[in-house]
Formats: sequence, C-alpha cells, structure tokens
Amino acid sequence: MIKLDGFSLNIVAMAAYLVLAPFVGGLLAGLDRKISARMQGRVGPPVLQPFYDVLKLLEKEKVTVNDAQGFYTACCLIFMIVTGCLFFVGVSLLLVIFTLTVASLFLVVAAFSSNSPYAQVGAERELLQMMAYEPMVLIAAIGLYMVSGNSFNVGDIMGHGRVGIIYLPGIFLGFLFILTIKLRKSPFDLSTSHHAHQELVKGLTTELSGGTLAMLEIAHWYENVMLLGFVFLFFANGTVLWAAIGVAVCVVAYFVEVFIDNVNARMKWQFALNSSWIVALTFGVANMLVVYIADISNWMGGGY
Amino acid sequence: MPYLAKSPWVIHYDGSSCNGCDIEVLACLTPMYDVERFGIINTGNPKHADVFLVTGSVNEQNISVIKQIYDQMPRPKVVVAVGICAISGGVFKECYNIMGGVDTVIPVDVYVPGCAARPEAIIDGVVKGLAALEEKRKRLPEEIAAEKAAEREEKAAGAEALAEAAKEQAGGADGPATEVGAAADEDAEGSEKASAEPDARIEPDEGAEAEGKGGQNG
Repeated sequence: MIKLDGFSLNIVAMAAYLVLAPFVGGLLAGLDRKISARMQGRVGPPVLQPFYDVLKLLEKEKVTVNDAQGFYTACCLIFMIVTGCLFFVGVSLLLVIFTLTVASLFLVVAAFSSNSPYAQVGAERELLQMMAYEPMVLIAAIGLYMVSGNSFNVGDIMGHGRVGIIYLPGIFLGFLFILTIKLRKSPFDLSTSHHAHQELVKGLTTELSGGTLAMLEIAHWYENVMLLGFVFLFFANGTVLWAAIGVAVCVVAYFVEVFIDNVNARMKWQFALNSSWIVALTFGVANMLVVYIADISNWMGGGY
Repeated sequence: MPYLAKSPWVIHYDGSSCNGCDIEVLACLTPMYDVERFGIINTGNPKHADVFLVTGSVNEQNISVIKQIYDQMPRPKVVVAVGICAISGGVFKECYNIMGGVDTVIPVDVYVPGCAARPEAIIDGVVKGLAALEEKRKRLPEEIAAEKAAEREEKAAGAEALAEAAKEQAGGADGPATEVGAAADEDAEGSEKASAEPDARIEPDEGAEAEGKGGQNG
C-alpha cells in the first residue's frame, strides 16, 4: 500500500507506473484476447501475443504518408505517459483529465493529417467519442472532489478517510459506462477497433503502420492502466483492506468490459453520444446532488 | 529476435473466382481452425498486413486492385496464392478477360493448390510463407540501404542535369549577367547552388505522389 503523504513515495509510484504500466497493460490486453477467444469457443493466442505484435511492428519497414504523422503519434504516446505520471504522482485530477484529452487530440490530428478518407471518418468519430465521455469523466472528478474534503489532488483523495464508492455509486456506474468507450470496446469501438470490423478499414489507425502503430499500441497500454487507476480511486482511503478491494474491483471491471465487448455489436455514433450523456445526466448529476444535499445537512448538524 | 513469425497479420483479397477458396479462408478464422492461436489476425488494412492471401484469378479489372494492395503493404511481406485459380487461372484460364494466376501481376512466394483449397492447406501455406517472410526480414536493411543509395544517386544525377541545363541557358542568353550567369562561370560554387535548387523542385513532386497513394488507399 502506498501511503501518499511523502514526496519520495509519490515519485516511487510514478517510476513504478513508468516502468511497469506497459507490461501490465500488455498482459491485460493478452488476457483480454485469451478470454475473448474462450468466450467464442476458441483456443486463442498466447497471453504474450500483444508483445509479439508490437515487437513485430517495430521490425517492419517505415511507411508513412507524411513525416508529421509519426511526430503526432509520438506526442500522443508522450502525453499519455505524462497523464499517467501526473496521476500516480498525485497531482490534480483536472490536470490529469486535460493532459489525457491532449493525448487523444494528438491521435486525432495524426489521423486527420493523412488525408485518407477512412482515417478522417475515424478521427471524426473519435472526436464524437470524446464529446460523449468527457462530461462523465469531469463529473467523476467533481464527485471525488466533493467526498475528499474539497480537493482535486489524487494524493488527497487516496489519503482521505472516506471511501468514494459509498458516496458515489451512481458516478462509479457512469464511469464504468464511459470506460467502455475509453477502452475501445463494443458497442462503442466506433473510431477504431481491435476486432476485424472493416467498414472503415481500421478507422483512426488506417494510415498508421509499423513503428507508428506500435507507439499507439503502447500508448493504449499506458492509458488502460491509468484508467484502471481511476477506477481504483473510488475505493482508496489509505487502508490495506480497501486497497485490496479496489484492485479486485479493477480486475472485475476489466473482465466485465471484455464480456460487454463480446456480447455487443458495434452501435451507431448517435447511440454512443446519447446514451453516455443520458447516463452522465441521470447517474452522475443525481449522485452529485445527493452528495451535495447530504453535505449541507451534515454541515448544519455540525460536521461529519 | 524474429517476432514476425509470431504475429503474421493477413489481408485477404478474392479475385475472379467462385468464392469457394474465399469461404475456406474465412473458415480458418472460425473456432474450428482458429488461426489466432498462431497470432494470425485478419486485418482489413494492407498497411497493417504481412501476408497477402489471394484467392481467385486475375482479370483485367482487378489487376490494379491487387497491385495497389501489394504496394501498400510495408515490407517484409509475402504473397500466398490460394487455390488453383490464383495459381494458374484454373477453369477460368481460357476466358477472354483472364490474365491467369496471381504471379502474372505480383511476385508469389507460396502456392496452395486445391479446388477449393482446404483450410488445413491454407494454414500450412501461411506457415510456409513465414519462412520466406523471415528471409525477407533479414534482407530488408540491405534492401532499404541500397534503395536509399540509388535514390541519392538519382537525385545527384538529376541535379547535374539541371545544372547543365542552367549552364546552357545562361550561355545561350546574351543579355543580363545575373546570378545564373555568375553561377555558370564559377564551376564549384555554381554546381552546389544549382544542386540545392533541384532538390527543392523534386520534393513537391514526391509529396504529391505520396498523397496520391494515401488518397487511393483501399
């Protein structure tokens, strides 16, 4: 258990993320493919397959339609790493969310820069997806802010005595909903997908190949670990028991996302946008209101 | 370490055929055969693919399609011709519009016979292709270096030709002794200046070509 009151401990957490996240993310992706295969009655690839894929991509010839594309994708990877580092070092959640958005935007720019119709439609869909999940991510941050004694700092939220999930069950469910979009799972894998959906060739990643695609894949691993860290945040209160529960819930949440991925077809973008905003408005805002009212009554009654 | 053999991504194109081999290729992806066991993924994108599976013969209309898919695949890449039509044209061989097998258009590494080729044979063909893929991977750095050297030479030759043309022009023009004339007089410096110029001229052309490729994709 990391007790986040020392600066050095935060640095250790960040360094651990920097080094271990790609391995954890890659293993999760491998387990994802294995479990998906078993759900479909297949044997499936080895668990280390995502690592083989990335190492293979690095062996391939460099082919790009323009030089800028590789640069934008590299920026996407760098900002994704920065996002995770900021998160694990324990600074403001708002800053984390903004850098995460910047990382996603660089990917969109990389796709737009190619002038390929498939990549462009993919990029447009990615922008729509960002519009879909962004409100719920912000509501999740605000909810955690409200229960952790008015602080956006990840360190404060983890160190605060109150467990987020008890006060924020609605916001947690809403966050799981948009996690499907962030993890690029059906029914919301509109812009690009790991499956063989081919109506847009590969959408966002159509024009990325070889090393550039490998960078994006690694960025995706970093991102997944960071997002599971966000899920963990709902359970952390500084005790070992809740930390264990948090890790268990992260594993279950990932499994549920894989399950949802396998039992759903791809939906239209309208459904993604409408449903995620409805979820944000009902689950998210209603939960926020309840916490707000409870806080006021507590304050009138003399604190917690 | 050769990781290519552990994750060969496949793109599949069906030319003029009865679709029998086409369906057998797709059968390889089903739980019965499950080629993903070997890390094989069916991508719809030539830019992500390592193995090009072609079924069916080549006709006048799909020559350009096959060539484009092949050209868009980053090296190292192998082509596997699946079924008798892809090998020689099969029963369609005598048709007025049929060129014959895939090897009339692009180089083929592995031939998988059959009508229709059985999924086991197709998987075996891809696995055979992996050996060729590995050989090509070893040769790739040399190939790229040779190509770059050739490109540089070509550029230099083009620059020289342009410099000579500029010289002739400057010599032919009787009037103003501007910079061009001066450059033509001074041999060493002049050629350097002139070689800097054609570089700038060649690049936009290349850019346009690359964009054209991107646009035509798929």
